[in-house]
Amino acid sequence: MAAKLTGKLGESVLRLEDPPLITGRGRFAADISFPHQLHMRIVRSNWAHAKITRIETTAAKALPGVHAVWTADDITDVPPIEFREGHIENLAPYRQRALGTGTVRYVGEPIAAVFADDAYVAEDAAELIEVEAEELPVITDASAPPAEFSPGQSTEADIVRQGYGDVDAAFAEAAHIVEAEINVGRHSGVPLETRGAIARFDASRDVLELHGAAKVPHRNRETLATMFDRPIAAVQLYESHVGGGFGVRGELYPEDILVCVATLRFGRAVKWIEDRHEHLMATNHSRQQLHRVRAALDKDGMLLAVDDTFFHDQGGYVRTHAIRVPMMTCGILLGPYKVANYRAAGHVRLTNKTPAATYRSPGRFETTFVRERLMDIIAREIGMDAMELRRRNLVRKEDMPYAIPLQVLGDDVEYDTGDYERLLDMTMDHFDWTGIQADIERRREAGETVGSGISLFVEKSGLGPSDMSRISVDRTGAVEVITGGASIGQGFETCMAQICADALGVDYRNIRVVHGQTERIDHGVGAHASRATVLTGSAVNEAALLVRAKALDVAAEQLQAPVDTLDIVDGQVFRTDDPDGPSISLGEISQILAPTRAQPEGRDPLLAADGWFYTDHQTYPYGLHLAVVKIDRETGGIKVERFLVGYDIGRAVNPMLVEGQIAGGFAQGLGGAMFEEFVYDERGQPQSVTFADYLLPTVGETPAVEMLLREDFKSSRNPLGIKGAGEAGVTGVGAAIASAVDDAIGLPGAVTQLPITPQRLKAILNAAG
Amino acid sequence: MSDQHDITLTINGHAYGVSVEARRTLADVIRDDCGQTGTHLGCEHGVCGSCTILVDDEPVRSCLMFAVQADGKQIRTVEGLADGDVLHPLQRAFTENHALQCGYCTPGFLMLAAGVLEREPDISDDDLLDVLSSNLCRCTGYANIVKAVRQAAAEMKAG
Repeated sequence: MAAKLTGKLGESVLRLEDPPLITGRGRFAADISFPHQLHMRIVRSNWAHAKITRIETTAAKALPGVHAVWTADDITDVPPIEFREGHIENLAPYRQRALGTGTVRYVGEPIAAVFADDAYVAEDAAELIEVEAEELPVITDASAPPAEFSPGQSTEADIVRQGYGDVDAAFAEAAHIVEAEINVGRHSGVPLETRGAIARFDASRDVLELHGAAKVPHRNRETLATMFDRPIAAVQLYESHVGGGFGVRGELYPEDILVCVATLRFGRAVKWIEDRHEHLMATNHSRQQLHRVRAALDKDGMLLAVDDTFFHDQGGYVRTHAIRVPMMTCGILLGPYKVANYRAAGHVRLTNKTPAATYRSPGRFETTFVRERLMDIIAREIGMDAMELRRRNLVRKEDMPYAIPLQVLGDDVEYDTGDYERLLDMTMDHFDWTGIQADIERRREAGETVGSGISLFVEKSGLGPSDMSRISVDRTGAVEVITGGASIGQGFETCMAQICADALGVDYRNIRVVHGQTERIDHGVGAHASRATVLTGSAVNEAALLVRAKALDVAAEQLQAPVDTLDIVDGQVFRTDDPDGPSISLGEISQILAPTRAQPEGRDPLLAADGWFYTDHQTYPYGLHLAVVKIDRETGGIKVERFLVGYDIGRAVNPMLVEGQIAGGFAQGLGGAMFEEFVYDERGQPQSVTFADYLLPTVGETPAVEMLLREDFKSSRNPLGIKGAGEAGVTGVGAAIASAVDDAIGLPGAVTQLPITPQRLKAILNAAG
Repeated sequence: MSDQHDITLTINGHAYGVSVEARRTLADVIRDDCGQTGTHLGCEHGVCGSCTILVDDEPVRSCLMFAVQADGKQIRTVEGLADGDVLHPLQRAFTENHALQCGYCTPGFLMLAAGVLEREPDISDDDLLDVLSSNLCRCTGYANIVKAVRQAAAEMKAG
């Protein structure tokens, strides 16, 4: 047996996903069509807050090619869009309906839907619809006093609280108290593919199909089944290619509900493709929070207490995520530091903006900015070196596993493994941080405005409690891995294939990975919260080991050899003590296990198995971001010259893909740190509704990230030792760049708001004189 | 509708006779009327470059052009980039350098780079960055796209 297994766990092999994508044969939502389909176009509110008094649809309905026009009155039987994790009584009044009824609460809220034979005609008809409304007072600032959302309901939907210890006592005895007000701007995922939903009611099977699904098809299937009072098996979701997810794509939005209702009523497929203008005011926003945070320290700079009050700008409604982001904010604010006492209160406030929910690294991008800004401000206030302050307060290796009486996604926080200070030292050595500082000094003397900054963070991944996968080998030896995971471009298929290849002993290219098809498997966690590789990957590992055991069992009989002398490489089972002797392929074993052949007592047919993986707690990767920036004092422009990342992932399934995740995350973090912002005027009119106003970073602004990827501390929470990778690139970017800008202009703690636009930086420079 | 125009679009060497309204964009007609869905729409206002194709060998945003304007012209899209089963050097370089994740922007980047490298095989690094900054990618952070295009450029030059 000279064969070498290709695609083992840990190899940077090429992606299985690429061939159709580089040849134009992908199938994204807009590429899906059905015969006789209708096209849906949404009429949206032009008002941030108004009472609708009249909607005139006669002219639209009369346009040739128009099949129907709906307003809220046409779908009174459709319930509001339910939360992903189930009903939450106190938040129920804030849910969004598919079409706004009576009062509209943000610009972009759907108020009518047109169905026509042609997308252009649907758009023509939408323009013929006249809407009249009476404007109501507008709230655009979540820290402003709450008002009335609806009769009897405050715009403060909830106050989320987490904490432990005696914060007041700690402040009473503190040597230093430091306060700060810190603002995170409103931005979001903005994938390059806009949303799309194509619903088709198949009366022959009595199945409601939703195509263009993403992220969490199984969860959405359950929600839709509940909303439409159908058995779960009578609702099927189909994920095809997804042009970026980032948290926003794949949640259930009004448009997803409308196409489903329409196909159930009309019996024709109904297709909706969002345009970019719509996307920027209809798809979930994220991030915007104002924090008023204070810290109590002893004389040595040890953190005695942190007390944070923040205002979470929820936008017009509470969507599918409910209050996950503010809860996460409370739960992970402390990051890598030990804090004896802690109190966080998050005011979840409805405003007249596009509703907000998760965006890659939800709660962590925000809190890392807040926490690391706070550390820089503390250092300034108490006269201590900021790096020394951080080192003193870090959670130590000997503290692991480190439990904090807080919750993240309903899971008790317990950091599993790691040595934060060691990674800090290794990263600084690796990138010659001392040399970088010396270089910055030289350039400053030459008159340049340059500086460096740092942020430390703890990520979370692999939320349980369980996931499953089903693996089968056919008579040719081809392997199919069925998962309830989802692919949003991250390389899911390749990762799952590598895990299976490694455990089973087959070439990863001989493995077909199924995801996002509710028809193929009953359960799945999808792709969110850096869960897929940890949770689904572990389930694939379990199933592959079961298939392997069954194959070896049969092979042992066929080769007349004990199981423990056998190995599988490249789909061929052979004796390790006689590698050139007789062997048998997995395909042949599959044939022996065919249901058409009698099996010995106690052995089921088929070379196949279901694998389940269970975990009690999430796993916590960690890392740091370092930035070097140059400032143009005249314009307030910032150039990020270098961006360095140190990250301990436990174990990388495919290092090339992990690096890809970090590089891509960084670019998104850079956008949120410097360019991207959903701006509203005082009447609640969105000012960022084209790519000319909402600025995504281009190659010109995005330096190549330099990375130190470590696998020093494997997760203790799964057999493979893996931790998540999806969000590590974005988490600390805002914080590190802010710190570097401070350093460059010689004003520690000066930046307290993201994004750091040229105007805001100029204002800081002008104020400093 | 009285506004129908009979035009011929030659896409990757194949002539498509279609009858379209004057207002229909080239991108929509290539995708919906000619069935070539490899060309993607990301913004429909000429900023993101996902819909970049070659019209008479020049990179064009197909969302900003009407189909009637392309009547009789030679159009090349991502579907025509490979030579049968043999990938174009750019396609190979993109997969080898992990220059795509979701793959949505990829056809636009491939056609932009193909057009530019054919016209300017000796393009400087700075000019290449300048050209590539006209398209948006939300997944990769760009570094691998730049690497891939440089690798393909070297290969194409070497023939």
